[in-house]
Amino acid sequence: MEEFQVIDHCLVVKLPEEIDHHRAGYLCEQADHYIVKEKVEHVVFDFEKTRFMDSSGIGIIMGRYKKISCFGGKVYAIHTDRQVKRILYLAGLDKYVEIVKEEE
Amino acid sequence: MEQVCVKNEMMLEFDAISSNESFARVAVAAFIAPLNPTLEEMNDIKTAVSEAVTNSIIHGYENFYGYGKYGDKTPSYIVVHPGKIVIRCSLTEDVLQIEVEDNGQGIDDIDRAMEPLFTTKPQLERSGMGFAFMEAFMDDLEVESEPGKGTLVRMKKKMGSGSWVGEE
Repeated sequence: MEEFQVIDHCLVVKLPEEIDHHRAGYLCEQADHYIVKEKVEHVVFDFEKTRFMDSSGIGIIMGRYKKISCFGGKVYAIHTDRQVKRILYLAGLDKYVEIVKEEE
Repeated sequence: MEQVCVKNEMMLEFDAISSNESFARVAVAAFIAPLNPTLEEMNDIKTAVSEAVTNSIIHGYENFYGYGKYGDKTPSYIVVHPGKIVIRCSLTEDVLQIEVEDNGQGIDDIDRAMEPLFTTKPQLERSGMGFAFMEAFMDDLEVESEPGKGTLVRMKKKMGSGSWVGEE
């Protein structure tokens, strides 16, 4: 499946168009599976397709952060649109996650 | 110019299962579409509805199925359970009121539940930001709850004010 890719110990998660509680469990489960199996150090969340996210998305990101940060891993958020950025900042996630700025 | 309707109401009742979360927020979004809301207003309302409905499902009814334990393969409606969630929307002039009601187990301590980052379900990786988001994205939030009986969340938002909370 292309949603999850491990490149150089870095897990890239291509997030769906809508991130809510309904999708969260599956995403967490799969991401954790790769983190354990593939010895992942860093996690990149790719929001390119994402147009909607509620607080379930915050849970997904913080959960992965807790799992990898104790081994020095980092979490990145890329391709975040205005809506996603707003949710991330409102939850104070910019303290934990590097929100990669786009060059336009 | 068409005249803007000054009063409009709708009510929805649906099963408290996670696959209905997107249905609920899209239905509310469709209800307000004739007002020509901005993209921001639309997203604010969808997020607030999503938070309230998710709370009813996982806290009110403790319906965890569809959460992913059984993978994405098991549709949440296969696991028979749930109670019902009722959404009532009313539009008076430019004020939208949304009520999300369930007959679930209710909230013991509402003040505590509304604290940012407080969650009773850390094992489900809930962030504890549900009520905080509802407060941030809507203009007014009231919560009524009785343990054992259910919970009613009432949110209001003035449309067309173009407020934009939060960013940066």
